[in-house]
Amino acid sequence: MKIHNSRTQRGGIKLHKNLLVSYVLRNARQVYIKEKYAEIYRMQQYEEVMTVCNEIQELNPLDLDAEDAEEERAACCGEDFQRGKEQEPAYYRSCCMEAPSPCDQLSVNINTHCNTTTVLDLDTHVVTTVDNGYIHQDCCCDTFQCAPSAQSSAKKRKMDFSYCTSDFDELQDFTTTRKRLRREDCLYSCQEFTETSNISTLISIFGSGFSGLLSRQADLEQICSKQALAGLGAWTRAIVAF
Amino acid sequence: MDEDSDTRKINSSFLRDHNYATEADIISTVEFNSSGELLATGDKGGRVVVFQREQESKSQPQRRGEYNVYSTFQSHEPEFDYLKSLEIEEKINKIKWLPQQNAAYFLLSTNDKTVKLWKISERDKRPEGYNLKDEDGRIRDPSTITSLRVPVLQPMDLMVEATARRVFSNAHTYHINSISVNSDLQTFISTDDLRVNLWNLEITDRSFNIVDIKPANMEELTEVITSAEFHPQQCHTFAYSSSKGSIRLCDMREAALCDKHCKYFEEPEDPSTRSFFSEIISSISDVKFSHNGRYLMTRDYLTVKVWDLQMENKPLETYQVHDYLRGKLCSLYENDCIFDKFECVWNGSDSVIMTGSYNNFFRMFDRNTKRDVTLEASRENSKPRAILKPRKVCVGGKRRKDEISVDSLDFSKKILHTTWHPHENIIAVAATNNLYIFQDKVN
Repeated sequence: MKIHNSRTQRGGIKLHKNLLVSYVLRNARQVYIKEKYAEIYRMQQYEEVMTVCNEIQELNPLDLDAEDAEEERAACCGEDFQRGKEQEPAYYRSCCMEAPSPCDQLSVNINTHCNTTTVLDLDTHVVTTVDNGYIHQDCCCDTFQCAPSAQSSAKKRKMDFSYCTSDFDELQDFTTTRKRLRREDCLYSCQEFTETSNISTLISIFGSGFSGLLSRQADLEQICSKQALAGLGAWTRAIVAF
Repeated sequence: MDEDSDTRKINSSFLRDHNYATEADIISTVEFNSSGELLATGDKGGRVVVFQREQESKSQPQRRGEYNVYSTFQSHEPEFDYLKSLEIEEKINKIKWLPQQNAAYFLLSTNDKTVKLWKISERDKRPEGYNLKDEDGRIRDPSTITSLRVPVLQPMDLMVEATARRVFSNAHTYHINSISVNSDLQTFISTDDLRVNLWNLEITDRSFNIVDIKPANMEELTEVITSAEFHPQQCHTFAYSSSKGSIRLCDMREAALCDKHCKYFEEPEDPSTRSFFSEIISSISDVKFSHNGRYLMTRDYLTVKVWDLQMENKPLETYQVHDYLRGKLCSLYENDCIFDKFECVWNGSDSVIMTGSYNNFFRMFDRNTKRDVTLEASRENSKPRAILKPRKVCVGGKRRKDEISVDSLDFSKKILHTTWHPHENIIAVAATNNLYIFQDKVN
């Protein structure tokens, strides 16, 4: 919006101001992309876990020796670890019927139909609980201000397994990640994130006018691979080159 | 440091006493000349108003050296670039005085594209007794002339006239943000977003480009030049600041093109304060050499830093101007205030630095005692000859009486331009369309 307005301002486009605005957009986009791909990655991990869980259910219906169950789960978890790459967060899977105890590792009750699964992400301390296809998220860590995990039921329904394939422009993704953004210790201390949805809209409208800015921040490049960026849709030039 | 507020709200002759500010009357630059006798202001309407200090008179010692309007002229007019279909604003971005060498005064004023050299001179005599025209200027019929006389100079009312002596144009593709006169008094530099050009004051159709940071592909652009200044004593040295928070010192003797700096001043970013707006608030809006030439001062959005020219890796001193705004960067981005370019200024002895803030506040930092003060430039709070009361912004918790909370600050009232008399403790502060002049207490 600022860049667009500056075209009609008296005196012409102010290069300095537009450069600074593009930096803000770049920062916002990097956060957005990082969160999105982290989320996609978590969903993929979750899917794998769910698949394993379902397999266990098939193999071990209802009654089972607890020790055997533990072995199964250990094997599953071990496989999770082995499948993971170096930087992947470790996941502890616990199948439980009632209120999940997120910090418990391997707490099990498989005597009931496993319709509730809890996954704890040790890096971000996010607990993802899927209950009959609905996702709850909570933070078990005391140091962070936990956003209430109780989201509206309407939102829950939208956050199903098609989450990871949702459109880039899906603002729902961003508003839910907003709460996680607050807990992101590494980056942003900005208290007011009410404009994040505006920023995500901006990101989708404006392109990376300054490709020099993309090459910075090598750590984020690991997540934002070139293929991922190319796949995000057509980009338009924000600044008219002189 | 008490300030006696000789608070003359000196409006230019174009203004009436309205509460709202006409856009054209917004002051865009203020500058004392090198003796402090004259004070120039430029505004958005392209006008320059020059004030002169009254001579001190024994009969009225309390009216010690007040500033009165000396000259007013239209420096720049709006123009139109037909090739790019862009209007060129007439707003005066910077004024710089040349040191006085004769009876006339010279100053450089610039808008976004053109620099002009103005000569301000007094005329107190005029020739009378022409042969071919009468006193009203009408041509006399030669047949009626019976005798010849020699015209003589007669005294007249003092008239101050400003004439444009040079026009330095067509050298900048981008917007000029600063000009600086060299200590050799023969050359000056003009700086836009990507280039610095060197001019000779006598030659208007040619300039030398000495710094060019334009990338081959504009898509690769990552920083722009925000300000540049010549060293006050070394005529071969100048410094320029960038939007990335760095300053480069260049020596013109090394090469014709000074792309390669000889000193590079930058403080590494503190990762704990990283935010969306880190790049914006680290952009330097003003750079000023100290009078003694040993230090540099830079202003970014939240701080003022003093650098020792011998130490490049970190500033000597850092002063927080309004750190309470750090948590408000989002809103300041929305209302564009985060792009405001504040200036900073040294006092004559380089012991105190001053810069502006919001709510018509301005701040002074004493480098020796490490004390700082916040003062306000406003009509309501200042009576003539009253002492300015220090103001305080309350950051959180309980607000004491006389304190202002961060949320009630008026962000439309900003002090971007200030200047300090070269020898005395007299400051001029521009608050939107009003000019405030404060003097030290008379003992």
